Amino acid sequence: MALLEVEHLKKYFSVGAGTNHAVDDITLSIEKGHTMGVVGESGCGKSTLGRTIIRLLDATDGVVRLDGEDITYAKGKKLRELREKVSIVFQDPYSSLNPRSSVEATIKEPLQESHRYTKAQVQQRTEELMDLVGIEERLRLAYPHEMDGGRRQRVGIARALALNPQFIMCDEPVSALDVSIQAQVLNLLMDLQEQMQLTYMFVTHDLSVVRHISDDICVMYLGQLVETSPSRELFRRPLHPYTKALLSAIPSTDLDHPMQRVQLKGEITSAINPEPGCRFAARCPYACDKCRQPQVLEEVEPKHFVSCCRVKEIND
Amino acid sequence: MSEEFLKINNLVVEYSSGGQIVQAVNGVDLTVKKGKTLGLVGETGAGKTTIAKSILRILPTPPAKIQKGEIFLDGEDLLKLPEKEMMKVRGNKIAMIFQDPMTALNPTMTVGDQISEVVLQHNDYTKQQAQERTIEMLELVGIASVRYMDYPHQFSGGMKQRVVIAMALACNPELILADEPTTALDVTIQAQVLDMMRELREKFNTSMILITHDLGVVAETCDDVAVIYAGEIVEYGTLAHIFRNPQHPYTLGLFGSLPKLDDDSKRLSPIHGLPPDPTNLPDGCKFAPRCPECKGECAKNPAMVEIEPGHFVRCCKFAAGQSKRGGV
Repeated sequence: MALLEVEHLKKYFSVGAGTNHAVDDITLSIEKGHTMGVVGESGCGKSTLGRTIIRLLDATDGVVRLDGEDITYAKGKKLRELREKVSIVFQDPYSSLNPRSSVEATIKEPLQESHRYTKAQVQQRTEELMDLVGIEERLRLAYPHEMDGGRRQRVGIARALALNPQFIMCDEPVSALDVSIQAQVLNLLMDLQEQMQLTYMFVTHDLSVVRHISDDICVMYLGQLVETSPSRELFRRPLHPYTKALLSAIPSTDLDHPMQRVQLKGEITSAINPEPGCRFAARCPYACDKCRQPQVLEEVEPKHFVSCCRVKEIND
Repeated sequence: MSEEFLKINNLVVEYSSGGQIVQAVNGVDLTVKKGKTLGLVGETGAGKTTIAKSILRILPTPPAKIQKGEIFLDGEDLLKLPEKEMMKVRGNKIAMIFQDPMTALNPTMTVGDQISEVVLQHNDYTKQQAQERTIEMLELVGIASVRYMDYPHQFSGGMKQRVVIAMALACNPELILADEPTTALDVTIQAQVLDMMRELREKFNTSMILITHDLGVVAETCDDVAVIYAGEIVEYGTLAHIFRNPQHPYTLGLFGSLPKLDDDSKRLSPIHGLPPDPTNLPDGCKFAPRCPECKGECAKNPAMVEIEPGHFVRCCKFAAGQSKRGGV
């Protein structure tokens, strides 16, 4: 059964120029123990989606269910319980840790806040967590500025794990790290998932990272879901024109098989007061009159959903 | 072989910070050929940007100080030039593209004025001519001339980076130093900018040093590659040498850390440990504490060894291997 179900989720912001449709009618579900990757360019609403799901932002419309229970509008005690079940690892390990809290104090805080553990238990659990994410005992009293980015991100992960959550939102957790450190943190996240049966939603703009860590992938463009499918399938056979262009734009380290690049014209526009039709049409090499109609996410192949009216024609 | 346009010999740059000396660049030798692109790859703090800024002599001094070395541009040692002469080199012969287009532009000036300022500074143009040249440059990088009077905040990230590139190219520089020119951009925009830079380079036969940590970008744009670790070049060769036959354990580690698009293995093989503390570099091989192949002889500082024509590696396994091979 799916641990997390999202149905027709919307999050709109009022901005000076109108309404920003940051997340517009997104439906997805994540199985227990699986990782859902969410990719898209900056400003496509992927972080907003993640934050709306875990209730850091309130949804404009739609339903989010965790383990069958509607959490979209949970309040009071229910919301407090939810905060223990879901947690988040932030993008920037430099600004997401309190510079005035030591490693130990940062990890202890959620444990103390839950009021369920004695002092001795809190201490013991903190040590366990530090061990789990691989922070050396000697750094117990270190402050964030004394550590490098990789270690700080480990502290952020330990804090997220403190209360044994079921679901972790990883919001670009490795983007700020160097490649060699990034690989260490990715391995850690995957080991933890295996040990603790964690469910992840992994938001990133780095396509090779998402391919590596995800079971399923959603591709977003300007607030909408344009394609979703199991990870291998998506990389083997992308069907939506945007996904094709996105995948072909990844610089390849393979000298023998350079990518056939799909050239996109123009820049990503904005989701403020969008037209009803396909939002990618302005940059799409296949755009036609039909694209001005609202698009529907259709199951083109088993488990492979695409939101494009010309998907059949262009993939034959 | 094409002529050596830029040649750096034994460059040493130090920063003094709180009474401690930080060795940012330790004896770097580099060569850029005319019309070719050299990729400079390494992690944060490896000294990549310091090298670029040394070439232009725009390091903040103090705390930074170029201790030793020679930088020859077309046979002329830039480090010996008087400041006045150097000002003519900057922007005119060598131009730099900075990493972050959001901060590299002046927010209170229109982009057109910013570009024509550069043009006026380096040429005997009238304002009218400078404006014409600016419009020509904007169109070259794909920005409509009607946007001459727009301010940087009215442009998206990719467009701002194009403005920065237009500014760098405005005086037909012979060498471009591009410091992570596409790191702040999205992949589809990155692809557009890289393609554009490649076209412009071919058109004007410009040499370039491309600083990046993205091996994919290197593979697509560079002719030669230098891998830098803790202020030292550890491996240097043509693109094919580095990508088809990487030899230094650090280069191998970098490739192992990359998630591959066509590989289904679940674990990455990262480099263990962390980059060394630059105030306290290890003796001998700087990479030894993290190196999976480290043996006793790594306590000595290894020299660069040419393992095949044009492919240099700084590692003890070759220093030792070569003498053995010689003996047999």
